[in-house]
Amino acid sequence: MSHTSLEERIALKHGAGGRAMRALIEQVLLDGIAPGSWIGADAMDDGAAIRVGEQWLVVTTDSHVVQPAFFPGGDIGRLAVCGTVNDLAMMGATEPLGLTCAMVLEEGFPRESLLTIHASMRQACAEAGTTIVTGDTKVMGRGEVDGIVVNTTGVALTPAIVRDAGLQPGDRIIVTGTIGDHGLAVTAARHKLGIEGTLQSDVAPINGLVRAAIAAAAAGGITAMKDPTRGGLASALHEMAAKSRVGIVLEERAIPMSDAVRGAAELLGIDPLHVANEGKAVIGVRAGEADAVLRALRGHALGRDAAIVGTCVAERPGLLVLDTGFGRRLVAEPEGEPLPRIC
Amino acid sequence: MADAHAALTRLQFRDPERAAALVRALRRVTAEVRREPVAIMHVCGSHEQAIARFGLRAVFPRALDVIMGPGCPVCITDLPEVDEAVALARQGIRLATYADMLKVRGSALSLADVQAEGARIDVVYSITQAVALARETPSEPLVFFATGFETTAVATAAVILGDPPPNFSVLSAHKYIPPVMEIVSEMPDTRVEGFLAAGHAATITGWGIYEDFVARHRKPVVVAGFEPLDILAGLVRLVELVRDAAPEVANMYPRCVTKEGNLQAQQQLWRVFRPIGGRWRGIAHVPNGNLRLRDEWAGVDARRRFEIDVASLWDTAPPALVQQCICGDIMAGIASPRDCALFGRECLPDSAVGACMVSSEGTCRIWHQYGGHPDLAALPADPYARRA
Repeated sequence: MSHTSLEERIALKHGAGGRAMRALIEQVLLDGIAPGSWIGADAMDDGAAIRVGEQWLVVTTDSHVVQPAFFPGGDIGRLAVCGTVNDLAMMGATEPLGLTCAMVLEEGFPRESLLTIHASMRQACAEAGTTIVTGDTKVMGRGEVDGIVVNTTGVALTPAIVRDAGLQPGDRIIVTGTIGDHGLAVTAARHKLGIEGTLQSDVAPINGLVRAAIAAAAAGGITAMKDPTRGGLASALHEMAAKSRVGIVLEERAIPMSDAVRGAAELLGIDPLHVANEGKAVIGVRAGEADAVLRALRGHALGRDAAIVGTCVAERPGLLVLDTGFGRRLVAEPEGEPLPRIC
Repeated sequence: MADAHAALTRLQFRDPERAAALVRALRRVTAEVRREPVAIMHVCGSHEQAIARFGLRAVFPRALDVIMGPGCPVCITDLPEVDEAVALARQGIRLATYADMLKVRGSALSLADVQAEGARIDVVYSITQAVALARETPSEPLVFFATGFETTAVATAAVILGDPPPNFSVLSAHKYIPPVMEIVSEMPDTRVEGFLAAGHAATITGWGIYEDFVARHRKPVVVAGFEPLDILAGLVRLVELVRDAAPEVANMYPRCVTKEGNLQAQQQLWRVFRPIGGRWRGIAHVPNGNLRLRDEWAGVDARRRFEIDVASLWDTAPPALVQQCICGDIMAGIASPRDCALFGRECLPDSAVGACMVSSEGTCRIWHQYGGHPDLAALPADPYARRA
């Protein structure tokens, strides 16, 4: 399917969450990893799941680099906690047992900034109902790393796993809130575009929100979940459609979006479907469960703007069709970051 | 938010109900032509962007062929012009240009290639940014590689008339759209029966400029804007004129375009530039299609200030795949990206072979981004299948 062959050197696009990154993982990093009786790296889901007695132990890890480290609505500390908590939640594991945190700091990094980042990690942990249980710190010379890199790993137990590959024709697609906030807020802040005022990152732990959705649905009612981070809603839905072998028809006008994001995206020529979100989930549900799940989401503070945005179809497996209200077109898989490094 | 969205739809000519009515009208009028396909051409990357972005191709009548012509300024910038910029940069002259120009290949190399070799090239969003860069380093020459149609040429003219710093000069690859419509109309293979003209260019030239063209070629021209309703209304009018065999100019963008256009901008444009003949990539030699600086502006003309050693590039061979690229036929409206063996395979946005895949206004790039010309009508719940 992919015609991308790897070049001799790693480029920024290989980390952008699109086709190039998938090629890198498939062609290099998964080489020699055999599929086992667990859900492992070869599934390329949000995390791994290992059978422990009657339960599943879910493990996920994520390294965070963001430029700038402080952006409207959050900072790299909050991002590092939420990213991992949300990846666990996307596997159905909404009660994280604990997180690890490894930091790489650049010589000369301000102590004051580190204190702020640490405080926001603690705050995000409190919101998620978890804590950091161990960590590691390294300092590298000036210029050897760009300010700060934060890695977090999370573990959680769950009786039932939710995958990103279970969509079936007829399923509805729900997004839990407005799309594009994080990516455009960070882009505007990074390039000092002077339109930052109204743009705010949505970075938040959504394990509680996801727990409410799972509780509202009958067993098996939720068929797939994914957080639309790098590559945005387009990348998440492409992956879900391809792995589930269904087509997805999206209703553009049903996709929740703030006026600030809509305006900034039009101004910058960036497709808001291609930019990162850090406090949202895409949830596939059986048609009969859609209303119950939507009600539960909207009853939660982080899910007030949740909406049904699309339907899965048997035709055109792997493709994303956008109904614009005027006509229809395909949504391309993002090629790379519209602008590099935003999460 | 719903209210704000509703307001936005009203303001931006994005009312789906009206669009549905126009789609029905377009289907009816196209059927009334009583032969197919009816082929019309637009000459503007922004028109293609809007058509693709709003998914309009999926609802156009099958019998209507809407062809994108040579409307991407990056794509039609020809090899010799890119070579001049590449050679200048290689000679150590600092260059500023638009991001899209970086990846377009000349006879062998692109500006991105020589940038990787160490040449200094700044990406700017406008010519005024390039002037600001020049002012920051007054002791160092800076050349702005100026591309684009009359709309951007007007901005270049204004800067040149506005007394730029002495270290600033312009390498003009500006193009003038009206003459290329003549060339396309006269191509022996052409199927084009009418033109949708770009609204923003017409705000400067005025719609009156197309009257002579229509009289000579007996093909209608409709000036249209860029919102979905603008495009649909423009197409309905154009197909009506084709149906009635009525070679006329119609202005369907009257909120911006007048018959005379912007006289002050025209005056500035022609004070600075003179039209000369030259090649457009893939099209042909276009008489009066290139805009060059007049003699009195020699001081800001990079071609006269520097000895440009284009011959130094002749030893470098172009990549083999380039031979298979059909960008030229695509821009002439003779072929579509689907006819290209490289499209979506070897030729992708991040590994573009041809200019049409490089630029965000190129036909191939737009078709790749938005799914091209997909047959999506067969999918369930086609809103127009219900309403038609």
